[in-house]
Order: sequence, then C-alpha cells, then structure tokens
Amino acid sequence: MRLKLVPAKTDWDFFSIARLTFGLSAAAMVASAILFLTVGLNYGIDFRGGTTFRTTAEREVVIADYRAAILPLGLGDISITEVFDPTKPDQNVTQIRVEAQEGDEAVTTETSAAVLAALQQVDPGLSFLSVESVGPKVSGELIRAAVVAVMLAIGAVLFYIWLRFEWQFSLGAVAALIHDVAITIGVFSLLGIKFDLAIIAALLTIVGYSLNDTVVVFDRVRENLRKYKKKDLKGVLNLSINETLSRTVMTSVTTLLALISLFILGGDVIRGFVFAMILGVVIGTYSSVFVASAILLRLGVKRDWSKPDANTGNRFAGTDA
Amino acid sequence: MLKIALWKRVTIWALVLTGLLMALPNAFYARVEQHNDAISGIGAAGDGPDRQAALAAWPGWLPSSLVNLGLDLRGGAHLLTEVRVEEVYETRVQAMWPEIRNLLRAERTTIGAIRRQDGPPDELRIRISDPTGMARAVELVRGLAQPVVTLTDVGGSDIVVSGTGDILTVTLSEAERAATDERTVRQSLEIIRRRVDEVGTREPTIQRQGRQRIIVQVPGLGSAAELKALLGTPAKLEFKPVVRRTSDAGAIPGVGNQVLPSVDPREDGTFYIVERAAVVTGEELVDAQPSFDQNGLPAVSFRFNPSGARKFGDYTAENVGSPFAIILDGEVISAPVIQSHIPGGSGIITGSFTVEASTDLAVLLRAGALPAGLDILEERTIGPELGQDSIEAGRIACIIAFAAVLVFMAASYGLFGLFANIALVLNVGLIFGLLSMIGATLTLPGIAGIVLTIGMAVDANVLIFERIREELKTARGPARAIELGYEKALSAILDANITTFITAVILFVMGSGPVRGFSVTLGLGIITSVFTAIYVTRLMIVMWFERKRPRTIEV
Repeated sequence: MRLKLVPAKTDWDFFSIARLTFGLSAAAMVASAILFLTVGLNYGIDFRGGTTFRTTAEREVVIADYRAAILPLGLGDISITEVFDPTKPDQNVTQIRVEAQEGDEAVTTETSAAVLAALQQVDPGLSFLSVESVGPKVSGELIRAAVVAVMLAIGAVLFYIWLRFEWQFSLGAVAALIHDVAITIGVFSLLGIKFDLAIIAALLTIVGYSLNDTVVVFDRVRENLRKYKKKDLKGVLNLSINETLSRTVMTSVTTLLALISLFILGGDVIRGFVFAMILGVVIGTYSSVFVASAILLRLGVKRDWSKPDANTGNRFAGTDA
Repeated sequence: MLKIALWKRVTIWALVLTGLLMALPNAFYARVEQHNDAISGIGAAGDGPDRQAALAAWPGWLPSSLVNLGLDLRGGAHLLTEVRVEEVYETRVQAMWPEIRNLLRAERTTIGAIRRQDGPPDELRIRISDPTGMARAVELVRGLAQPVVTLTDVGGSDIVVSGTGDILTVTLSEAERAATDERTVRQSLEIIRRRVDEVGTREPTIQRQGRQRIIVQVPGLGSAAELKALLGTPAKLEFKPVVRRTSDAGAIPGVGNQVLPSVDPREDGTFYIVERAAVVTGEELVDAQPSFDQNGLPAVSFRFNPSGARKFGDYTAENVGSPFAIILDGEVISAPVIQSHIPGGSGIITGSFTVEASTDLAVLLRAGALPAGLDILEERTIGPELGQDSIEAGRIACIIAFAAVLVFMAASYGLFGLFANIALVLNVGLIFGLLSMIGATLTLPGIAGIVLTIGMAVDANVLIFERIREELKTARGPARAIELGYEKALSAILDANITTFITAVILFVMGSGPVRGFSVTLGLGIITSVFTAIYVTRLMIVMWFERKRPRTIEV
C-alpha cells in the first residue's frame, strides 16, 4: 500500500476562498511592513558592525554576572544571550555582542583580551569558542551587496519567466516572491531572530524555492490552456493546481523533512538560517497557489496559444532526453 | 519505445562512476589527508619512515583530492585587511627630494635659492626665491618624470608638477597612484604569504579582494591575535644617522631630519632627531635570527646582502664614535655608538626585548617589510571545538535527513521510489565528487545547501513519477506512460531548476563567505540532481523494464 498524502484525484476549488486568502496575505504583508518599521530587524554584526564572542564555561551561565563583568570596560551597548543547545546541555554557551568601537574597524587584540579577562573573573574556566568582528566599513558594503543580490535575483527571475511564459505569469510569480520575502522578514522582526548574511542566503533560497513551486504550477497551466481551449481560466487554474497538488505536497514534505532534521540536529550556528528556510518553504508553497495563481486569475491571459507558430513557450519539451 | 542508445548508457554510467571515484577520498578523509601531507612533506623536507607509512595508507593511483573544509568546520582565523596604499605615496614623494634639490640647485642662477616647505605628506612643496624662474623650474622637474608602466598600458607621466607664485608643487599623478596601489597590494600579498609561511601553518589562503584588500585565512590557528601580531606591524627596519637626542617631542628637527620616539623603557621620554634618509634598510637583509647579546639579553642578529654590507661597512668606517639609530616602524629601538668599523655586513640589534619579542622580530625581518600598514576590517576566529561540533551536527543532520527522505520516497512510490533513492545516494556522491574536483571549500552553510538539495533533488523525480501516474490513466501501456511521463515533466523540471540555479549564481557572484559556500553546493546540487533525475533514474527504469517486461506497473 502506497503512502498518499493527497487523494489520487482531487477536485478542490482553490479560488472559492480567494477573498479570505487574499485578505490574509495582504494583512500579513501589512503587519510585516509595520513590524519591520517599528520593531525592526535584529541585525547581526554582519550588517551593523561590532563583535560577537561565543563563550563556553564550566559553571552555569548567569547573564547578570557576565554583564556586570563586562560593563566596566566601557564598550558601549552590549547584549548577552545564552545559547541553548539541546544536544550539548553542559557547555554553558553564551553569545556576547559588543558594538563597533569608535575609531577601530575590527576588534583589537587588547579589547578581546580585556573581555576574556573580565569574564574569567566570573568563571575561570571560561574560554572563547569563536570571535567574529566586522568593521563598520565592511558592514555597510555587506548591506548594499545583500540588497543588490536580492533585487537582482528577483529581477532575473522576473525576466526568465517573462521569457518562458507571458508577462502575467511573471507578475504573478514575482508577487508571490515579494509576498514570501516580506512575510519572512516580518516574522524575523517579530521574533527578534538575528538577521545576518546567512539569512540573506536563506531569503534567496526562498526566492528560488518559491519560484520552483510556482513554475511547476504555471507549467501545467500553460499546458492545460492549450489542451482545454473552451474551459474558462478559473477552471484551468483549478485543474492545474489539483493535478500538481500531489507533487507540490510531496516535494514540500521531503524538503521539510530534510530541513527539520537540520533545524533540530544541525546546531544553533545555522538554526536561524534553517528556520528562515522552513518558513520560506511553507509560505512558498502557500503562495504559489494562493498568491501567484490568484493574481494570474485576476490579470487574465491570452488564450490563442495553440497557433502553430506560438510554440515558443515550450522549447524544451521536444528535446530528446 | 523506451530505447536508450548504448553509447548513451555507457556515457551515463561512466559519468556516474567518475563522479563517485572523485568523491571516494572524502570517505577516508584523515587517511587521504595524511597521504597528501606526506607527498608534499617528502617533496619539501625529505623522506622518512613515518611519511612512507602515511604515503602507503592511500593507493597512489586513486584520486586524492579532497573537499577543503572551511574555517567554520575546521576552526581557524579569517582576517580581511585593507592595505593603506596612501602611505606609499608619501615615501615615493619624499624620496624625490634629494634629486629635485640637486637639480634645482644647479640652476640657482635662474631660479634663485630653494627651500622646502611644509605641506601634506604626499606632496612636495618647494619655495624658490625668484618667482620669475618658475617656468624653468617646472620644466626642469618635469624632466624627471618617468612614464607610468602598468600591465594595461604605457604612457602618462608619473608626477604632476605645478607652480603657483613662488611655490613649486610635486605630487604623484593619478595613473602613477593607481600603478603604485597595484604594486603595493601585490607586494603586501607576497610579504604576508612569506610571513604566514614562516610560522608554518598548513594551507593558508591568502587572496586579494577588490582593489586594496587582502583576505588571510589560516586554518587551525588558535586565535586571530597570533595572526594579527604577524600582520600588524610593517616591520620596516632602517638604520639612520642620529643628529642629536632630545627630551622634547616638539623639537624642530631641521630640514631633512625627523624626530622619532625611543621605545626603550630605560630611555623613557627620550626622542631622537635623525636624518630622514636611511643608510641601509631591512630590504637588504638576507637573514635575521633571535640571539643574545654579550650581557645575555635577548637580541636579534642579522646579516646584510653584499650591497647592504658595503653601505653599512662604509658608513661605520667613516662615523666611528657617533650614534647610529636602529629604527623599526618609526620608533628607535636603540641607538648604539659605533665602536669600530663593521665590515662583515652582520650585526646585532639590542634593545629591551623579551625572548618572544626577539623571535617574532626575527620572523618579521626575514619575511621582509610590508610596503604599507594594514587595517583589519573583519575578523572571524572559530575555535576548533566549535568546528568539530558543527561537522558532527552537520553529519548527523545529513544522515537523518537522508534516511527520512529515503523512507518517505520508498513508502510513496514503491519500486520507483527505490530507484529515486539510489539516484539520491548517487546524487550526494556526485556533489562531493564535483566539490573535490573543483577544489571547493565546504562550509556549514554549504552543508545546509547539501541538505536542502537532498530535499529538493527528489522534486524532479516526484514530478516525473506523478506524471507517469497521470499518464497511466490514459496512455496505452506502461512503456508509453513512462515515456510520456519523462517527456512531459521535462519542461517543468528544467524551468523550475533553472530559476533556482539563477538564484544560486547570483548568490555566488554577489555573496561572500558563508553565502558563497551555500551557493556552490546549491548550484552543484541542482546540476547533479537534474542529471540523476532525467538520465540516471530513467536509465535504471528502462533497464528494469527491459528485464521484467511488466504488463502493468504501479508507481
């Protein structure tokens, strides 16, 4: 007996709840924008400069003691968080972030030695697992590069889909992308998860994954538009989504299986990164149906694709594999 | 129907086998690493029984390139530094003074007396007492200009000379500045490489980034502090004649001289007025070793090359009884009085050193001086324990992810799921094969990329299998359904993977560090997963079909 997550044949009307899903998506995006503007992202040192020390100690961590030890050094704003890793309960790991010091680019040897000495007053067995420091000069450049990378990715994809499909598909896909990225950023603002370079990589993967999903649905829409010339667009869209539903769910589940194991077992260094991807996969799957296709339905598509000269859209299908 | 030409089958299997063979060394990481170390060790330091044993641990005819482990996995230090290229302009411009002085003095009749003026350090200002001769003076100094030579073109003058009123100004031209920057950065790169090699760490990465930045990555070094100490000082050694001693930092040194502080704690608050032009510099050193002076205090002994030895010898012969300053990076280490002529070209630097400091200084002097100072813009030090933890965590996560996906696929698609699973195992093998082949570096985000690929690699197969299921409902016979399934799923597979590949490429081009590591495995993963899905699983299914010839199939 085969495992089936989705019945062999489904005939669900995905657009009957379009008003609800549109409202939900719009509300989520507005909420994300507000969160981003009010709460803001918890930028890591990659984007605002500064230094993080990752420490391991013998005794249990008392954050107040750590803070009291470092404060007299006059390093400005510091934040100390205990890192809880279920697989390594006895390491007593903390992450200490110190802002960029006036006049210095990266952390000086003296500063890090001073921090270590101060903390060893609290716990003599304490040592640094890692020290990462980014100067304000570099962090500014990193922000710019990251923003450009996300923009470029969205632009390139917009262009590719426009090339392979029609401009309406392209708009639908990009709307879904922006939706996914915006909500991910909103969730990051809400939960205050550290936002660093790796998260940018995760965002771009979400862009890729969300597209992957959208493109598969669109590919079927294109095929069905040719096949069922009499069917209205809504019917074609519903049919296409139903036909690809089994695949959509299968792929999302396998990807999530992989990501969840990484989230639980992969250690906390990449946990934020993996979290962003899990979020992206869930939102991306939702958006390819409820955002991309719904927008396609609103925009409408031209239907006279079946002309013999109009096979530009299916260039690869005839290739011998 | 369902025919695949023999040459295609052979090619497909050959590609898979090559990939797996390339990936094989990674399964025996420690052993192959020792083998590779032994090869380079025998080349560099001679043979030995240990090395022979390590060499024999891995057969020589097998591929032996490994996936490099990134700093976040193996621990180590990463520094991004910027070369202060402007410092060199100053040296260049200042060095022109004697020549210009001599040239203009010879023309005293037309331009009158000349006098150096204070100005920005990268500019030479000269006042001439007869402004009417300015045109002539400018012409003369311009005659000193050399054409700028760069890799791309020859032409343009290296200096810009202008005269306003009675002031003649000489600066470096834009073209010369660019050429100087280029030279300075290359030279710095070379010196950094020598210094890092001197301390003997394995596989350091020293790369230029952009116009004036250098990335230094040293795996396994305990802390970046050590690395920073190595790069932090230019280690510019100069021997200059002492004009006089003073305790006033603001003393007026006089033209052609400078005031430098003493670093000797026994002479706290002492300053030396020395001549700007050095008699000999560290560039002419051939060796430097830590040693002890006659009082048993740590010191550094050195030896000059023949031309340095001659200059040193001549100067000491002519100046017996006068003090001679030994200057490191603009600070006087000591200023001993020349006791006698020193002909051999070797000597000893004494000062208030610790044993450690004298050892470090010797290393720096041997490697040579950096042409300019370095600013450290970014530093990342990962302790080896954290790296080990990350590898361990990544490995477990990979195995669990793998197992979960395998079980899930088999449960969903039965036999076809098994084919997809074999393809998935091959796929991960191929990713490692490709990574080893191109000498890529595996980082923690890179592992995440592989795990994501595991999840997504099945997508192509899922697309095909779902399509075959659909076709089974309408098509005549299983063979036709399989063929149609592959044919019709292809455009979706390609479109979906090309879009993801586009983002991987953008990540690679725009990203740095962690982002890049992720994009490499993601991009390679897309290539191998498309390959395994549309060629390898297809071939497996066709081979199975040919053997069994089933009347009906269940996907």
